[in-house]
Amino acid sequence: MILGLNEKEYFASGHRACPGCGQALAVRHVLKAAGDNTIIVNATGCLEVFSTPYPETSWKLPYIHVAFENAAAVASGIYRALKIQNKKSNILALAGDGGTFDIGLQALSGAIERKEKFTYVCFDNSAYMNTGVQRSSATEKYMETSTTPYGKKIHGNLLWKKPMPFIIAAHNVNYVATASVSEPIDINNKIKKALNSEGVSYVQILSPCPLGWKYESSKTIEIAKLAVETKFYPIFEIENGVLKLKNIENPKDVKTFLAMQGRFKHVNSNEVEEIKRYINEQWNRLLELDKSKAKL
Amino acid sequence: MELKIGAIIENPGNSLKNKRAGWRSFRPIWDNKKCTQCGLCWMYCPDNAIYIKDKKRSKTNLDYCKGCCICASVCKFNAIQIVKEK
Amino acid sequence: MKKIIECSTAIAEAVKLCNIKVIPIYPITPQTHIPEEIAKFVNDDEMNVELIYAESEHSMLSAAIGASATGVRVFTATSSQGLAYTFENLFIASGLRLPIVMVNVNRALSSPLNIWCDHSDSISARDSGWLQFYVESSQEAFDTVIQAYKIAEQINLPVIVCVDGFTLSHVYEPVEILEKNKVNSFLPEYKAKFKLDVNKPITIGAVVDQSKFMQFKKQQQDAMLDSIKIIKKVNIEFKNKFKRSYGNGLIETYNLKNKKKAIIAMGSICGTIRVLSGKLKNFGLIKIRCFRPFPKQELINICKNLKELIIIDKNISIGNEGALASEVKSVLFNKKIKIKSFIMGLGGKDVTLKDLEKTLKNKEGWIL
Repeated sequence: MILGLNEKEYFASGHRACPGCGQALAVRHVLKAAGDNTIIVNATGCLEVFSTPYPETSWKLPYIHVAFENAAAVASGIYRALKIQNKKSNILALAGDGGTFDIGLQALSGAIERKEKFTYVCFDNSAYMNTGVQRSSATEKYMETSTTPYGKKIHGNLLWKKPMPFIIAAHNVNYVATASVSEPIDINNKIKKALNSEGVSYVQILSPCPLGWKYESSKTIEIAKLAVETKFYPIFEIENGVLKLKNIENPKDVKTFLAMQGRFKHVNSNEVEEIKRYINEQWNRLLELDKSKAKL
Repeated sequence: MELKIGAIIENPGNSLKNKRAGWRSFRPIWDNKKCTQCGLCWMYCPDNAIYIKDKKRSKTNLDYCKGCCICASVCKFNAIQIVKEK
Repeated sequence: MKKIIECSTAIAEAVKLCNIKVIPIYPITPQTHIPEEIAKFVNDDEMNVELIYAESEHSMLSAAIGASATGVRVFTATSSQGLAYTFENLFIASGLRLPIVMVNVNRALSSPLNIWCDHSDSISARDSGWLQFYVESSQEAFDTVIQAYKIAEQINLPVIVCVDGFTLSHVYEPVEILEKNKVNSFLPEYKAKFKLDVNKPITIGAVVDQSKFMQFKKQQQDAMLDSIKIIKKVNIEFKNKFKRSYGNGLIETYNLKNKKKAIIAMGSICGTIRVLSGKLKNFGLIKIRCFRPFPKQELINICKNLKELIIIDKNISIGNEGALASEVKSVLFNKKIKIKSFIMGLGGKDVTLKDLEKTLKNKEGWIL
């Protein structure tokens, strides 16, 4: 154990992720938490492409990639195949935000409803990064992407992020959590909790992308931390329908966070105020839920 | 090279044979005197290019370091300096 | 033991005998009776399988791929729009070399919306790398599902067994249900050549670039072509054990001896053609049972002495012609045979003896 984390590495070096890739770091820790007895299902995306360029693979665990939208469906098949052979393994379905919020939503919803058993991890970098930074329903408002460029008339993406954790929680799953790659120990704990929960668990990990978010690669952790500390990316768990919010004692100014990244470079002061208002609204909702302990 | 049925890869983690050194524009230089062995750089390296064995942090493996400089940025003790790659 | 049962039930009975472990299902007319019968068997404890109520056909075949990759025998079934919806997974399942068996109950593809039989659905999937069998009777459907596993597991390619919607799937006929121990000795326990296993980790579904992609496609093609001799072999093995065979496994003929004229077709329409052939006695039937791999050499041999060939397609490639016509003509292009091709029976249009007689007399085209 090092820093309370499994010292064994399951994701070999030599993969072709960009320098400073949030996802590569996140997956390293997700696998450490899951351990030896784990099978990986991976949707098409950056992770799949940079980790399995034939004949090389970074995966030291059994791994399958099928298509873009069906990680949850393939995981269901694997779970049932193991079950009927009286075998048990951790099953991790790994996908990006595009492969989860958009095209993967149906398969995930179906798998949850059927009470399959696996942990679904969504690496949230807020766009279809692997195909060139196109907008997804996880794209933040005013974020510049290649399909929502910051134009004279329209200023980047004009829609707020889809509230994916709540959509999943509404399925009455036992464990939903958000996390940030800036806290690997937190990721470790949450993945462990997720794997030990009944049914399908959902963990969404903020995974900054230096290329897509337009910042210098060394700042991945700083930005992931700031996203949390400005309340821009709330960190919470929903266990058996009850929300527990990670409180931010001394919140930082979201303006600093936005200014660090080229994807928000063009945001004007009105838009910053709008973002601040939205953050406060969302935060108050979460606080209410946390305080009341009401079951979602 | 034998092409296995269905393009399956039977050597788990064989990406290790891919040494990425050529990608680097910057290189981390580790000062083991300033290092307090806190382990943060090990924890935050996306490429697992920093090893800790028997609680001791060893020199960064430059075969796999891509020069992202996250290690230098998270080090609280200035034990990692960044220099431009030749 | 012979029972008078619906063809869908016969298929479910065959599935029951094959030691299937995982069955993902999703309903679509006219396939629904198959998953319904299977569900009955499960609830009556006659089958021990994991039934997955997929939320779409795409997820249905995805789950089948996941389960098959975990080393167990898998079955599923669909039709028309369902097959179209899971289209990308067809290519993936074949590329991943997984021995999945799927029954496709043939139904026309929209638009217009039509729930009745034609071959547009499975024909549109002919490039996907799945073996394709077109069966004529409930007995053949039952037998072919069992044979399909034996073939698939030897060459590591998935198989589609095509059953005409309504005109075959919903028909009641006598079917011999084989005994479990006899089927077990014909079709042994499945041993996957590779699988997801924590004791032996492998990576399945890697990215392959230009340097090797074609080699893998060639591997697939070679395997599919190799399956020709395996299909023939399995046909003989089945005959030896169960006293039934279907031509040489690839092509069946009826009344063809000494005939100069033949009608070539696929699926349940062959039954009607047999009746007309018996009545008129001036032509024979060539039934293409195995469409993929396309039995080129066998077709050339069978058509050796023919002077006239009539091809019937229950499908149309808009902009060209029916698939069977294209493929047969490409094989026989340098043979001195007069060929006429007809489009018939699209969207479940009934093909009567009168309609078939028209093909003998009329110029080629559509019989509306």
